Order: sequence, then C-alpha cells, then structure tokens
Amino acid sequence: MATAQTEIKVTPEIAAEHGVTREEYARIQKILRRDPNITELGIFSVMWSEHCSYKSSKVHLKRLPTRGKLVVQGPGENAGVVDIGDGLVAAFKIESHNHPSFVEPFQGATTGVGGILRDIFTMGARPIAVMDSLRFGEIAAATASGDKAQAAKGTGNVAALRSSGSTEAATRKTSEEEAAKNRRILDGVIRGVGSYGNCFGVPTVGGEVAFEPCYSQNPLVNALALGIARKEDLFFAKAKGTGNPVIYVGAKTGRDGIHGASLLASAEFTEESQQKRPNVQVGDPFMEKLLLEACLEAMKTGAVVAIQDMGAAGLTCSTCEMASRGATGIEIDLAKVPQRETGMSPYEIMLSESQERMLLVAERGREQEVLAVFKKWGLDATVVGEVKDGGLLVVKNHGKVVAQIPAHPLAEEGPVYNRPITEPKARKESELDWFHFAGDGTELTENFKKLLASPTIASKHWITEQYDTMVRTNTLAGPGASDAAVVRIKETKRALALATDGNGRWSFLNPKLGAMHAVAEAARNVAASGARPIAATNCLNFGSPEKPEVMWQFSQAVDGVGEACVALGTPITGGNVSFYNETLRKSIYPTPVIGMLGILEDASKVLKVALRKEGDVIVLLDGSTSSKAAHQAPPRAGKQREFSSSEYSKTIGGIVAGEPPAIELAAEKWVIDCLVTLAEAGTLQSAHDVSDGGLAVTLAESCFAAAGLGASVAVPEDVSAEYALFGERVARVVVSVSPEKLTALRNTARQYGVGAHEIGKVTGDNTLRIEYKGHAVIAATVAALQDIWANSLERTITNRG
Amino acid sequence: MKFGVVVFPGSNCDHDAFHAIGHVLQKPVEFIWHQSEDLVGCDAIILPGGFSYGDYLRTGAIARFSPVMNAVEKFAKSGGLVLGICNGFQILCEAGLLPGAMMRNAGLRFICRHVHIRVEQTDSPFTCAAKQGQILKIPIAHSDGNYNCDAATLAELERSRQILFRYTTPDGLDDKAGNPNGSMANIAGICNRERNVAGLMPHPERAMEGALDSEDGIVVFQSMVEALMGAAKATA
Repeated sequence: MATAQTEIKVTPEIAAEHGVTREEYARIQKILRRDPNITELGIFSVMWSEHCSYKSSKVHLKRLPTRGKLVVQGPGENAGVVDIGDGLVAAFKIESHNHPSFVEPFQGATTGVGGILRDIFTMGARPIAVMDSLRFGEIAAATASGDKAQAAKGTGNVAALRSSGSTEAATRKTSEEEAAKNRRILDGVIRGVGSYGNCFGVPTVGGEVAFEPCYSQNPLVNALALGIARKEDLFFAKAKGTGNPVIYVGAKTGRDGIHGASLLASAEFTEESQQKRPNVQVGDPFMEKLLLEACLEAMKTGAVVAIQDMGAAGLTCSTCEMASRGATGIEIDLAKVPQRETGMSPYEIMLSESQERMLLVAERGREQEVLAVFKKWGLDATVVGEVKDGGLLVVKNHGKVVAQIPAHPLAEEGPVYNRPITEPKARKESELDWFHFAGDGTELTENFKKLLASPTIASKHWITEQYDTMVRTNTLAGPGASDAAVVRIKETKRALALATDGNGRWSFLNPKLGAMHAVAEAARNVAASGARPIAATNCLNFGSPEKPEVMWQFSQAVDGVGEACVALGTPITGGNVSFYNETLRKSIYPTPVIGMLGILEDASKVLKVALRKEGDVIVLLDGSTSSKAAHQAPPRAGKQREFSSSEYSKTIGGIVAGEPPAIELAAEKWVIDCLVTLAEAGTLQSAHDVSDGGLAVTLAESCFAAAGLGASVAVPEDVSAEYALFGERVARVVVSVSPEKLTALRNTARQYGVGAHEIGKVTGDNTLRIEYKGHAVIAATVAALQDIWANSLERTITNRG
Repeated sequence: MKFGVVVFPGSNCDHDAFHAIGHVLQKPVEFIWHQSEDLVGCDAIILPGGFSYGDYLRTGAIARFSPVMNAVEKFAKSGGLVLGICNGFQILCEAGLLPGAMMRNAGLRFICRHVHIRVEQTDSPFTCAAKQGQILKIPIAHSDGNYNCDAATLAELERSRQILFRYTTPDGLDDKAGNPNGSMANIAGICNRERNVAGLMPHPERAMEGALDSEDGIVVFQSMVEALMGAAKATA
C-alpha cells in the first residue's frame, strides 16, 4: 500500500485495505460519478478516517456549548480563539498524540507538541505556553502487600467490573516487565515533550501525569498550546481570491508518516502494531522555530490571504479544507512540491505527514514579498498552485491531472455515523466490595506516606524540570507553584491561567460524572490561581467507537462536559477526539481531558499553593456545606461507596469501585466566584484545591512549597478519620489568610454562600499535625514527608526503589 | 551606551535578553541578525540562549561559523564587552573566545530550575556591581552545561581569577552538592584573560523581576552598565 502507484486499479478490496467501507466506497463513487484512482482513494481514505473526519463523534459533539461573549472562534478552525481584552486574543487547543507515542514514544510526543504549536501560530498567534496531560501504565510492579489487599477486598469487585462488560480489570496486577516497559514509554515521552518545547522556545508550564494499569499498552499524550495575537492580526484557513498563488513552505516532503496520524489513530492496536513504526513522523523543532518566526513575519507583510498547517493527512487536508472553507477550488502541481526523496508517487506526496510544513495563499502579485521572508529564514517556499473557481481540488503531476475531487464533499460531506449505543449492565456491587474504613484511633501516618509516594500524587518535579518552564520570562507560576500555570502578558497588566484535568478512574466508574468533574476541577484549579475561568478545550480519549458500550461512555461524557461547561460559563472552543485507544481489544478508561483557560486581571495577584506566614489561619472553603446548598453528608454506606473511587482506596486498599463523589455544579460555581473575588481583593495568602489524596495531601503540598513552615489542623469528627483526611469530595479549597483578614474572608464566603471552616493554623515548626477526635492521626516533620513526596517518582523511574 | 542582542536561527532567549535590558534596565538595545557583519555601533554584545541552528551537531558548533561571529570576534579582540548566556557561552567556547568545552549534563538530562551561584571575582565588567562571595539565585535551562577543560587550562583559569561564578548551595557551603550538571570545579561562568568576554550557563535575564521569583540576575547586567559608564567617563 505504501508504494502504491497511480496505475494500480482500485477495487473494493483495496478500498477495504485503506479502511474504506463498502458504503463509503459507494459514496466516493457517487461524489466522483466514477471509480476513484488510487491517489484519489488515498485522499478520500485519509480525509474520511476517524481522525480527520470525526465521523463517529460529530453527532455527539454538536451537543457541546461553543458560544460565549468572549468566543471569537469556536471549533472548526485550527484552534479556538477568545477575547482577552486590550485588543488581544488567545488561541488555544488541546490535541492527542496517543498512538504514535506508544509506537515510538520520543518522536510521538515531539510531533504531538509540534502539531499543536503549528495549529496556534497558523492562526497568527505566537505560542506562549504548552501543557501536557499524560497517562501511563503503572511504573512499579504490584507489591505483595498490594496483592493481599486485593485478595482480601478486591476479588469480588474485579469480578463485578468484568461482568459489567468493562474492558480492563481495574486493579489488574502489573508485572515487573510491564512496569519496565511503561517506564521506558514515560521516559521517551518526557524527553520528547521536553526536547521539542525547549528547542522551539516555548515554556512547557505544566499539565498532569497520572498512572493506571489500563494505559499500559496505550499511553495518553495530550498536548495543549496557548498563543496570543492582536485581534485584527488573526489568520484563518480560508482560500480566497481566484488566481491567488498557493505557496508551500517549510520542510521538504518525504515518505515519513504516510497514514501516520490519520490511520494509526483510527484503528486499534494489534500484535503487528510495532510494524507501524515507520508510520510515525519525526519532529524537527528547529525547523518549526524558523517556520514560526517566518510565518509571523510573512503575515505582517499583509500579503498572506490564508494559511493552514500540514498536520494529519498533510497536503491533502490543507488543500481541500482551505478550498472548502473558502468555497473555492485549488489546483496544485506535485512536481513543484519540495521533496526529500526521489521517485515519490502522487499518492505518497499527497498522503505524506512529514512535519513542519505549511500551506498558504498569498495575494496575487505580492508573492515575492512572502517568498522573501521565507528566504531570509532559510526555508523552502515555492508556489505550487493557485486558487480556482469551481470548488474542485485538482492535483497535477508534471501538468498531468492525477486527482480531481470536489473539495467541499471531500472535506465536509464525509460519512457521519450515529453508532449504536448500549449502556452496560449496572455494576453489581455491595458494601462488601467497597473500602472498609479503619477503626477510630488508627495511626494513619504510615498510610499517608504510602499515598505521598504513589506516582499519581508524588511530586512531578523530576519530570517538569526536564522542560524549560521559564523561557520568554512570563511564567509567574510554573508547575506545582499554583493550581494552574500562570503566564503574564507583558504589554498588559493581565495574566492567563491554564489547567488540564481529567480523572480517568472516575470517568470509568461513571462517564458523565467523571466528565463533569474534569471540567469542574480544571475550572477550580484556574480559580485557585486567582483567575476567572473563561473557556475550555477538550481532548476526548476513548476506546473503539465500534463498541456500543464505548459509544455509550462517549455520549455520556459529552453530556457531562456540556452540562458542566454551561453551568460554569466556559464554552468549548475546540479540541480533539481520540478513539481506538485499545490494544488487543482492551479499552483504556474513558478519559475526557479538559484544558481550561482563565484571565487574571491583575497579574500581581496570582495565588500560589505555598503557605506564607506563621500564625496565618487555615480555612477550608466548601461550596457544598454552604447555606445555599444545604448539603447533607452522605450516609456511611454512601461515603464508603464514594471513597472506593479515591486514590487512597486504590493505593492503600487495592480497590477501585463505587462512584465518584457527587457533584453540584452550582456549588462549584460559588466556590470559583468566591475565590476570584478573594484573589482580586488580595484577601488570601495561599490557595490549593482538595483533589487526589484529599485534604491531607492538599495541606502537605502547601507545606512543601513553603520553606520551614508547617500546619496544625483538626479535621471533622462526624465522619471516619480516613474519609476526613483522604476523601476527595469536591468543591473544596484550602486557603490561608492572615488573622486580620479572616473577617473579610468570612464576609465574602457568606456573600457567595460558601462554607468557610477554620480548621487550623500555619506553624513555624516545620511539622504537619492533623488531629481527629483530639488525637494526632498524622504527625510528621514536613522534611520527612517532603523527602518521600519529592523523590519517590525519580526513585521509581530510575528503579532505585 | 547601546547593547546588541545577536539573533541566530534557533535563538530563543533573544527576546528575554532584549526585555531585560530594554524594559527592566531601560537601556538602549537592538537585535543583530546572524548574517550581519555590522554590530551597528553597539558597546556590548549579548549572545543569547537557545538552540542555534538546532544544535543537532554539537552545541554552538555551527553558530561559530555564522557571519556575525566574525564581527563579534573582531569586537572582542578590540576590547568590546561580550556576554554569552547558556547557548551563547557554548558558542564562545566553540569560537575559541573562551577556553574549555561543554559536555552533556552529568545526569544526561535537560535541567530547568533555579540554582545558586556564588560571585567569585568582582573585578570584571560582568560582576563589578556585585559583592565578593554574593550568592545569586538564578535559573538554568540546558542539556549541555557540564563545563570541562584540561588541567593546565583549569590552573590558568584559577591563577588568572577567570572563574566568575561557581555553583553552590543556598547557604554557599557545599559547592559540589549545589552543582546541577557536574561541571569541573563547579564552574558556572568564566571570563577570558582580558576580562572583556564572559560566558555563564545560568540565565540572569530570567531573574530580573520579583514576579519571576528572583531579581538576582540584575547585578550581571548592572555590572556591564557600570563598566560601560566607567569606560565612557575615562575616555571623556
């Protein structure tokens, strides 16, 4: 298939090899009113692949809210764009590169970052930050004690999950061999993410990394990029103006990546997937840096009409999409395309996914101005065709027509599937399958230490220090400093905050609720940095859409994302769907990842997690215990059920079951508004939301970030100690405040109907002490805990346990 | 007084150096394109951080052959102030304007974080505004900062007091523990024997404002400003 020549006669069998179904083939024949030749079949097959056409997700994605008063550009362009004031706009988007990153971790990750950066500067925006949301399989083999926990409590649970049609035993044991493989994947991905951003010169300001057995054969690499531009300088990918030249710029076209993103990401993995390594593209960040500077400079000439990057499906996608959006045609001659290799067929040139390439349309007569800029930056730039009337994509090779397809039907009228949806049978769980709380008076410090060492909770500084987090000198809060990354906009007083979130385990247990939590947590994280959340981008990572249960998960998750975004006033401006995240028919957890953007009106008021001063009061802001919500704590069985979905239950009990915590979107909104108001007024000393690992982990992290300080806190006594310390009930944020501002805090909290519970004090003795029923259930020096939290990940990865 | 910031293809800290000098210190500053052999009357030249020409071969190995380096070399030989930061330091070593060479970091990984360096000498145009032994908190961001040279060169560096900065711990007590990349003698920055050309791996231009966690980098640029003002007075 890879060396297909135009002479090959197309048959339905060859079409099937391209992943084109019989019905789709008939549709192609209808559009063309004849049989396609092999080049045309190749073009259709990539444009109509799941990755490019969204054929299984389209009908659902329509339910997402995409409008808002700040939205300048919603889904459909290279990136979403929102107004951030002062005549500036922010372009941002998240995209997956999961499949290539499994086949070849380093290059898969680099090209993921490269692709999303091009999407941003294609819009005329200069990238100012990158974030990565990563999921890997377990990086340490299951220990004997973990096995015991599973044997004691988890067996029935695992069986229950299997019987429900779930695809991955949630607490499956990881062997040392598999753990070693996962460590290699992680290492390659981290190096790849770092190497691309570091060289390109954009700070990689954070993101999250989580570990679950289900990602073992299918890591998730979701890259988010953010850029800014003046509103009037935005560019769109609409080919306009008959006779305008079409210009190819950037790297030469090679045979790399043919059917890379478009097909690799559109089918599940089997034993033969390692053979797909040549389909993974190779990234060149230096070339991309030149492309960035040259494109932005070329755009300034005023001679550029439209521009689109060549990502998935390369030249094919960029030509037909630009023509389709502009309601024009485009004609190109492949002989003029700069080529890295000799003897490439039209099929190969059209389908190549070589990286760091752009296609642009210039104003006729002014092409020299554009070409001169690229020459200055030492880049190939060649006129390869022109904009035509009539809506046809005409591809010639040395003047001879090799493909002729109506652009609009190709780009926009691909197949749309309303795939069957089946809700899996409800899981049969009883109290026996759930986590059993330890009795009163139990010393929990040892369990707490284990929790701090678990890869999902342990500090990721070993990873993030391999990223340049500071280049461009705008990073006000880098990884871990605040709940969101915060970058200032130099020419204004403002800053932008970014957070990514998505708890796959929760989405697995309840896809809709899990998706709502992803939105709510990302928004809460942004607000905990002091910024107001304004818009979101989403990356929906799922298994095979051909499985009705997976489509049910997908549909539920879309509903969850939509509902939460409406409630929080954060429209979805773009994103990406990644299906077929399966290896050997095992699906990953359904994993919707949300990237949330916020604005901080006064950059000097950024909130960080670190405690600041001895004697400050520690307050738990709780949206659900407010007067407005009149929220009742769930009964004991409900707490057990909820707690069974927590990180503590997984790490200490070996149990993944139950349901994620209930969510009350109104309460989330109150907490967000309350935080933003408190930040604006400068009332708070620090803020850190309660998430993975619960209140104890939140408090510990606030201590770790502060030099020499500690905390002495008492937790509620009407629930079990483990629930109070490690429960992950949401809409909660731990803040610290100087005693003289406590009244102001209480007044603001009351105004928003948010509970403000004084739970303790910042101490100067470098100790974390948490009391329950008058007894210290956790007491340890901050230094001892910090050593575990800060170094566990490196010890595990470098296998120096 | 005018600073020039050289832009190589692949430089990515050029704008940061420009911002540090032009907006924080409010001194005149201009970009100089790598193909220019004209330093447009600048009194001090900054070779900024980044990955010049992609640095796929060896850091700085290609940049040293770019046209602007001919001009920089002449400028340096005539006593002009040249500061290389990170990739700029690597380029100065490759160009032979500073002794020694860079190896991969001891851990073989890119490292980006704040480190502490101690000012070892104050009689240079790059440190004259600092106090002897002053400890600066300044970030690093590199893969290849493991400074190396032969024993004779190291002895010469020590004897001529060319080591301007050494890595150390925050309290300045344990240099080895504070060394992030395994560099010889904990070297973070050096100057040439004539003391008008210097290179350092940490990025002072990233530590110019409290909002970015440290203002300790100001002293490096402030030293250059004072040195240039002193020189101007001397010739007046």
